[in-house]
Amino acid sequence: MINLKINKKLYTVDADPEMPLLWFIRDIIGLTGTKFGCGVAQCGACVVHLNGEAVRSCVTKVSRAKNQEITTIEGLSNDNDHPLQVAWNEANVPQCGYCHSGQIMSAAVLLREKPKPSDQDIDDAMAGNICRCGTYLRIRKAIHLAAELQEKNGGTV
Amino acid sequence: MKIQSKLSPALKPYKSVIVMAIMLSTAGIMAFALNADVDPKVTTPVVAVKKDSVASVKAFAAVYKVLMSPRCMNCHPAGDVPLQGDDSHLHTMLPKRGIEGKGVFAMKCANCHQPTNTPGLHTPPGNPNWHLPPANMKMVFEGKTPRQLAKQMIDPKQNGHKNMEQLIAHADDGLVLSGWEMGEGRTKPPLSHAAFKKAWITWLKTGAYAPKK
Repeated sequence: MINLKINKKLYTVDADPEMPLLWFIRDIIGLTGTKFGCGVAQCGACVVHLNGEAVRSCVTKVSRAKNQEITTIEGLSNDNDHPLQVAWNEANVPQCGYCHSGQIMSAAVLLREKPKPSDQDIDDAMAGNICRCGTYLRIRKAIHLAAELQEKNGGTV
Repeated sequence: MKIQSKLSPALKPYKSVIVMAIMLSTAGIMAFALNADVDPKVTTPVVAVKKDSVASVKAFAAVYKVLMSPRCMNCHPAGDVPLQGDDSHLHTMLPKRGIEGKGVFAMKCANCHQPTNTPGLHTPPGNPNWHLPPANMKMVFEGKTPRQLAKQMIDPKQNGHKNMEQLIAHADDGLVLSGWEMGEGRTKPPLSHAAFKKAWITWLKTGAYAPKK
């Protein structure tokens, strides 16, 4: 049996420790906000937080996540009110939307480590998240907006 | 006695204390300054060296071939972006070195590079300690001539503060060893690890001579 703590909830499941964390999250737990894109850590659609880091769950084995803190897009905030989620909505960022769970989870690490990111910081943080619709300009705009919202909230998310 | 003349009358009873304090502070500052250049990790090598410049340079030629192979050089780039593939192109997604050599923000090495190789072609190779050299000690291989690289390798200020013993031990470092097991589809270094280690130790124990060029 393997214990996984996802979005502050403990799951004890009989699962293969070699299984990708993404399978566990989507197929066993049923949290389908995190997407499968490439399966080889090249696109960023499957990004979740493992102890606060933006890991790619398609190549992260369940054994690495065992007894660790995992956060998916569903657990990023209580009411979809994380500054990034608010900004994403306000700037109408997604087109098809498929990559945006991963985009937001990557951006959340950036905002935590650099509350007022420059365009260069955004490039450095987000270069691994691909969007086939080409929403990059709106992603950039929304990250700046989220930084402002975060500051207005007193730096808390 | 200038000190006496400048002391206010109220301080005169304490003059000997003040003079002693100044002397002790000076001695302390001097002792710190004398030790400032000494790195505690760099100790006098106790490895027996039998100088032989011809054998040493010959051994380094083999070492150099391995160090400049993609499996070693790709993580010792001249810039702040690692290299990738047998043609040593810039790593796709352009991940950056960061201060500690472990990436930045959402682009940290271990986000994709797992403790072990991910199965399949074009998947991230893995190691529990995956990283580039840190920003304050870049240990660049890319673009270095054999002479430049040999000199860099034995200079503790450029080689990660390693002395002779630590350099010898480094041949068996986990991340170095993983260069020979980088996962499917990746060419191995031109020598076996055993042959590399032998050449590496021969080079060091014969005097670590740098080639002329």
